[in-house]
Amino acid sequence: MPHISIKAEKIFELMGLGITNSMIASAIVFLLTIFIAFYYKNQSTLKRKSNFYYLIKFFVKSIYDLFYSVLGEKTDVFFPLLFAFFFYILLQNWFGLLPGVGSLLIKVKEGHEEVFVPLLRGNNADLNTTLALAIISVSSIQFFSIKFLGIKKYLHKFFNFSNPIMFFVGILDILSEFSRILSFAFRLFGNVFAGEVLLTIVAFLVPVLASFPFIALEIFVGFIQALVFSMLTAVFISNAVVEHG
Amino acid sequence: MSAESMKLLSVALSIAVGAIFPAFAIGMIGSKAVEALGRNPEAESAIRTTMILALAFAEAIAIYALVVALILKFA
Repeated sequence: MPHISIKAEKIFELMGLGITNSMIASAIVFLLTIFIAFYYKNQSTLKRKSNFYYLIKFFVKSIYDLFYSVLGEKTDVFFPLLFAFFFYILLQNWFGLLPGVGSLLIKVKEGHEEVFVPLLRGNNADLNTTLALAIISVSSIQFFSIKFLGIKKYLHKFFNFSNPIMFFVGILDILSEFSRILSFAFRLFGNVFAGEVLLTIVAFLVPVLASFPFIALEIFVGFIQALVFSMLTAVFISNAVVEHG
Repeated sequence: MSAESMKLLSVALSIAVGAIFPAFAIGMIGSKAVEALGRNPEAESAIRTTMILALAFAEAIAIYALVVALILKFA
């Protein structure tokens, strides 16, 4: 059986901070995202634009239309955040499928013995990343809710003393905000990590060709999960910025 | 029963039981989506988007079970 680790492995230490393999992968994808964003910005001012520009523009436009069906005319306010989520998660998921990610090994010291660990690891297959993304998403939902409703109405959603039923509904609402963090984090982590385990096991059982349909499936799943993450954020935001009753 | 075999059994059971109900849910979502498509074929894109979102929700339940199984197995 191939060795499967549920947490990211530490590669080296930088001033007491353990740098894991998923952090290295995330740094690469982070730089790539920034590079593409600036490239797009730069190209949009030129007269003759490259084909790559139109490819990204097509992507942005279709995603924009999708969010427009959820958010309506408020889309312009939230679109930067939502598309950043979508694009970053998409690139992370697809980066994790590249050959070499997870299969290039490096020798590190663990305690007294030397072990081989993967140099790169799909970043969303690390629970820390998905938890961070989930916390960003849920706190931005709260932020937009306060911004659009005002602090008084925002608190009124959770602390409502008009009657006992509304009081308990408020408590349940507080709980559901926290459970959103967990469900965001575990949905993304579970899908991506399960995909990695699936690919590893299939490649171990049948080394030739059998991985191909599963890789195609994982490309699809990576896209869908990026879409689901940003779409759910959009739906929750659109619920949070309007008043209820 | 040894601890090792109990662990394997719990791994197998957690994913087996956890996959039953999401399977029902996914089947129901698919059948309802096809029904809606039959009644209202021009709403295809809206139905498809909603269906995929709902599928992802139902699938997430199975994924939770899978995560629990993987944690039991590998951690």
